[in-house]
Amino acid sequence: MDGLFEILGFAFMQRALAAGLLVALMSGLLGTFVVQRRLSFLGDGLAHAAFGGMGIGALAVVTFGVLDAGGGWLRHPLWVALPFALLTAFGIAYVRDRTDLSSDTAIGVFFAVAVALGVLAFSRIPPDVNLGFNVMDLLFGSILAVRTTELTAIAVAAVVVVTTLGFVWGRLAYATFDDELARTDGVRARRLEYLLFLLAAVVVAVSAVVVGIVLMAAYLVIPAAAARLWSRSLAGTSVRAVAIGMTTTLVGVIASFYLDAPTGSAIILTQAAVFVAAIVLRRR
Amino acid sequence: MKGSAPAAAGAGPAAAPFPAATTVPPRVPALHVHDVSVRFGDALVLDDVRFDLEPGHFLAIVGPNGAGKSTLVKVALGLITPQRGHAAIFGHDAGDAPERIGYVPQLKTFDRTFPATAVELVVSGIRRQWPVRVAQAERARAMAALVDVGAEGLADRPLARLSGGELQRAFLARALVREPDLVLLDEPATGVDFLAEHDLYDLLERYQARRGATVAMVTHDLAAARFHASRVLVLNRRLHGYGLPEDVLCDECLHEAFGHVGHRHAVAF
Repeated sequence: MDGLFEILGFAFMQRALAAGLLVALMSGLLGTFVVQRRLSFLGDGLAHAAFGGMGIGALAVVTFGVLDAGGGWLRHPLWVALPFALLTAFGIAYVRDRTDLSSDTAIGVFFAVAVALGVLAFSRIPPDVNLGFNVMDLLFGSILAVRTTELTAIAVAAVVVVTTLGFVWGRLAYATFDDELARTDGVRARRLEYLLFLLAAVVVAVSAVVVGIVLMAAYLVIPAAAARLWSRSLAGTSVRAVAIGMTTTLVGVIASFYLDAPTGSAIILTQAAVFVAAIVLRRR
Repeated sequence: MKGSAPAAAGAGPAAAPFPAATTVPPRVPALHVHDVSVRFGDALVLDDVRFDLEPGHFLAIVGPNGAGKSTLVKVALGLITPQRGHAAIFGHDAGDAPERIGYVPQLKTFDRTFPATAVELVVSGIRRQWPVRVAQAERARAMAALVDVGAEGLADRPLARLSGGELQRAFLARALVREPDLVLLDEPATGVDFLAEHDLYDLLERYQARRGATVAMVTHDLAAARFHASRVLVLNRRLHGYGLPEDVLCDECLHEAFGHVGHRHAVAF
């Protein structure tokens, strides 16, 4: 136990845990709707959109020095990744809304385009340029290296997401249960779907910095999927998804420290273990 | 239930030399459909449909598959905006008076994986949004609605575990819990057995008698339309008949709408 307190005494570990717990909170609340609406691929699509945005952001910084004058934190590619992810989320929602194409098709198109743009942008950056991060960090996360800037962005996003969801939860859940029934009761289901996609873009863009683009989608889906297997109500699913996300984050971060393993992988694998347990012990 | 349909509004004193100080206002139709046309792409789904449904009637909307029956209900609910014409509920534009409508959708469109109990479903009808938690007063009101439809034993059962007939009762309790003036049902008997179907009509008739409410129901069951409805609307893209069941469910009218006469044995009077 002394060892545990010793670990928590490190400032970088405190930041990592704070960031991870906030990501778990946002992912659990949003993931409940993502899973119930069969949009699990959305997290993947938006995370890769964030990758494309980070690539464009990094290229902009290098080529034009656009944000260079503002100091270190302004150089972070998140400031391009976030609007890029929001634009992608809007595009996916728009294609779903206005065409007969299914969600996975719409997401698949934007996913591919975003990755292509990201790879193209990074390929244009000379290898000797120091971006302050490497592409592997973006893909697989670097939660132990999370800085105050990123933690602040995550905290602001968490306030926005939790407040917004608290305000619309009943209507969003109603529209998730039955879009048509909700609309007959005056719920603006279409607007709520756009809102859900935009909130997902915020969560994914700011969280991808912490857990990595590849693993972000799993963060959004696995706790909510496990919670769904243990719950008989949507509100119960949300609460359990947050609890699972937070607990596995805590366990994953500490385990990665002792096992000297990549932290993002450790968190997701812990979540996967809970998911397997949920399947075995699910409520019938 | 045909006997419960109210008489037409009375006329004012015709012989009076001067207009009376108070006149009987014209009765606002429960459902007013005026020249409604709906097109999906190239397909004309509803063509110039018009009718008024007076309050207190039990309307059966019949017609073959793809006739536009469900589309008509969605126009009435404000879910679909027609290219031409309009619909009104008790004088309010479609979609503007949700509190006066109880809607029972087709059960086949419902997502059975959604984690919810029957009592949560009924409370959603009270709140007009999904409950995070069910308050005690809401639960009591929902239970009363479930008792009314004979489904009190289903209250805490997950929707995913309910049979078609049980689910139908839960949705009916949800629709009736706020005591609507107009109950709209879209093929409510689909996927339920004969007894459950019989119970459904019995429940609707009892509710109608108690509240003086209006019921409009899409159905493929011509016999049910014959025996339970006070008005029948025969639809196949356009209106092929509207009136008393015995007048509208005739061979000629049905032949025109359905294109064959295989219905005869089902609607014999």
